Amino acid sequence: MINRDGCNGCDGQRAASQEGSGAGGGAAEQRQNLMSVRLRVWRQKNLQDKGRFEEYEATRLTPDMSFLEMLDVLNEDLQRDGNEPIAFDSDCREGICGMCSLVIDGVPHGPGRGTTTCQIYLRSFADGATITIEPWRAGAFPVLRDLIVDRSAFDRIIAAGGYASVNTGSAADANASLISQARSEEAFDAAACIGCGACVATCKNASAMLFVSAKVKHLNMLPQGQPERRERTVAMLRAMDEEGFGHCTNEYECEAVCPKEISVEHIAFLNREYLRAQVIATGFRPVVTDE
Amino acid sequence: MALDGHTPGGPLADKWDRHRFDLKLVNPANKRKHNIIVVGTGLAGASAAATLAELGYNIKSFCIQDSPRRAHSIAAQGGINAAKNYQNDGDSVYRLFYDTIKGGDYRAREANVYRLAQESVNIIDQCVAQGVPFAREYGGTLANRSFGGAQVSRTFYARGQTGQQLLLGAYGSLMRQVHAGKVELYPRHEMLELVVIDGQARGIVTRDLTTGKMESHVADAVLLCTGGYGNAFFLSTNAKGCNVTASWRAHRRGAYFANPCYTQIHPTCIPVAGGFQAKLTLMSESLRNDGRVWVPDKSGDSRVPGQIPEGERDYYLERRYPSFGNLVPRDVASRAAKQACDEGRGVGATGRAVYLDFAEAIRRDGEDLIRQKYGNLFQMYEEITNENPYQTPMRIYPAVHYTMGGLWVDYNLMSNLPGLFVLGEANFSDHGANRLGASALMQGLSDGYFVIPYTLGGYVGGTTMAEVNTSHPAFVDAQKQAQQRLDALLAVDGRRTVDEFHRELGLLLWDHCGMERSATGLTEARERVRQIRDEFWQNVTVSGSAGELNQALERAGRVADFMEFAETMIQDALVRDESCGGHFRQEHQTEEGEARRDDENFAHVAAWEFTGVGQESVRHKEELDFQNVALTQRSYK
Repeated sequence: MINRDGCNGCDGQRAASQEGSGAGGGAAEQRQNLMSVRLRVWRQKNLQDKGRFEEYEATRLTPDMSFLEMLDVLNEDLQRDGNEPIAFDSDCREGICGMCSLVIDGVPHGPGRGTTTCQIYLRSFADGATITIEPWRAGAFPVLRDLIVDRSAFDRIIAAGGYASVNTGSAADANASLISQARSEEAFDAAACIGCGACVATCKNASAMLFVSAKVKHLNMLPQGQPERRERTVAMLRAMDEEGFGHCTNEYECEAVCPKEISVEHIAFLNREYLRAQVIATGFRPVVTDE
Repeated sequence: MALDGHTPGGPLADKWDRHRFDLKLVNPANKRKHNIIVVGTGLAGASAAATLAELGYNIKSFCIQDSPRRAHSIAAQGGINAAKNYQNDGDSVYRLFYDTIKGGDYRAREANVYRLAQESVNIIDQCVAQGVPFAREYGGTLANRSFGGAQVSRTFYARGQTGQQLLLGAYGSLMRQVHAGKVELYPRHEMLELVVIDGQARGIVTRDLTTGKMESHVADAVLLCTGGYGNAFFLSTNAKGCNVTASWRAHRRGAYFANPCYTQIHPTCIPVAGGFQAKLTLMSESLRNDGRVWVPDKSGDSRVPGQIPEGERDYYLERRYPSFGNLVPRDVASRAAKQACDEGRGVGATGRAVYLDFAEAIRRDGEDLIRQKYGNLFQMYEEITNENPYQTPMRIYPAVHYTMGGLWVDYNLMSNLPGLFVLGEANFSDHGANRLGASALMQGLSDGYFVIPYTLGGYVGGTTMAEVNTSHPAFVDAQKQAQQRLDALLAVDGRRTVDEFHRELGLLLWDHCGMERSATGLTEARERVRQIRDEFWQNVTVSGSAGELNQALERAGRVADFMEFAETMIQDALVRDESCGGHFRQEHQTEEGEARRDDENFAHVAAWEFTGVGQESVRHKEELDFQNVALTQRSYK
């Protein structure tokens, strides 16, 4: 990788031939065209540090490597040379846990559509390209180190009302309440949010409206969510404000970068729910009925 | 020493009821006087923490991720079993129990498995009440499918993200209790030591992963819900952060580690592609409901799949197991794939893959229906491999996925250390030597929602404990030891990275303690592990300091523990001189290449006691007493 022809290649081949069959992935790798890129990476020691970009040369890459595998290998090289590796969040590497969170060339989760950072492969980049990597940028997501941010604000929004209050043991039989497939699927489309925060990172207002609306939609659509429908809506929006997230001005950028392609229509739903909750709170019962 | 699982007496179906009655209760006013630590926020940890908080206990909940919602349970795709018999197709609590015992190759405790099957129905009710959007039929009822090794449709699912949706349900309940002030949340905190006082688990030492600060926490009981040890193999389907550290640290303090050689190799994963690969990706085995597994008849056939005529393909699972076909249990499917590849009939660039073909399903049901069922999985496959599975068969190969072994627990989910409870994948109790599909989510939630609330009460209600605080010498000592270990890792200042050592260890385990094991290979591997471990402590490089966010240091600590754990795993595999479930010893197979058990000598749980790094661990036995099922050779023909 960076300025090295040393041992990481052979190390990699060992892993590729995990079945002990020698030829393995190492050979496959040789057949592929190698590529290299220049990386501009945000480095910041801690919350107090001002931070700056640093440049790295990454060579001998293969197009089938994932973006995060490139950073893994870069980090190994940095450590071998006695330098501090680049801190970044990732966990499942399957696009579902919501932990990975890089802004790649100005776009949260990079060039893929409907995918997370960990599902970006180098085949999406041109050989020789310069790639800029930054953390999520939002006041409510302070940078802890390099590319790692603190997203606990999302947890606090959920704590305010993102659930159906049902104690363990008091549930009725699961088929006691029928829910049409269409309604269930619509709720699911919203429930698919993985809470990564890309919506906030891309929004010029750093708004969390897509995140909040997804949870409100998921629960408010279902019979289980009805008893707390109004309280949930108001409490979660209030929590969002308190955490310092901005408001929605209909830029739709959140939907464009959302790895689960959560629709901005949910934001319209949320606004309607909020209005409804306010109207009811002031005593004017609207001519709207729950389905 | 013979271990006692504390299984209650009486008929199988009545054991749990009777036991719940016999367990001590803690009155509501007294529950709030008890502080409980829950480590891990996956399905087991989140459901336990939420439920115990609802009951009134004060909970501290710890996880290494930035949010409890990200625990690795989220990655489970396929579904969750429950004996609801909504499909009227012959399912029952007894059948789920029977399938699970048999699937585990008769190496699980009957009473635990029966209780699991009983509680399975309550789990679905609870999750639906939380708003988990399970798949539904047009009429509004819940949908089911058959899954990995089952002949009834008892699996509930939520698209390809059942784990995610179940965890969000449990996480919601957890956050509700955080809001209520009953749960204190500690994200980005790693447990580094268990603190034992007067023989009782009384707390933990943690490191704040953001600041590096060491902290001690006192409690009346500690619940470990920290998942499995699959990442010992480096490449696995586990999330990168999954580790054995919490369990291993508890083991070093006296908790027995049971059946560490039981690891599950999942048959449907995307094959290893490149040398820098950091992890493997699972494709839900629900795909086997419609996909057909095959390899070319002849070895060395390098034609693209479309050019291999029907008559020259070997649908080996359908051929060898006509009644279960492509739905045989995971261990059977994995070994069959390995055999096909060993015969030189593997496909793809590496020759270590078999085809999973949807052509017939697409012809039969149409592409739309297949897309509806598996769209997200197909999309994931295409993103990773750059191949379109609607047009060309998927290539799959087995990968390490789940670990059935874990800390030993009794019927109450309590380890041999009083006050230390172990839930979910971290314990060993319910899956025997092989776990059936859609059973992991079931077990995690059963343990957390429906078992621990009773058994924990039984413990704290019936136990006297000394008043202690963090200035107790045991806490001071544990915190000092944790700090010394970090300092030692930083002080090595060698030349090889943590990942290099981890890869080397993983490859060794895969080769000698993976899908197939032999006495020779295991003996050699054990020696090698010791060498790698020695080299690690002389030549690893860990940059930075302990007083800051330091991911290299976090990994170093976890890999150091894997190095110690690996030896116990190998030792267990060596001593278990039989084949059972996922543990396949070359020396013990039938003429047809199936696992051959030795019930005479090995129908027991092996629980290992730590005696020191590199020392012989002491092997304890818990005899498995089968009173309800007859032990037979598993047959899926």
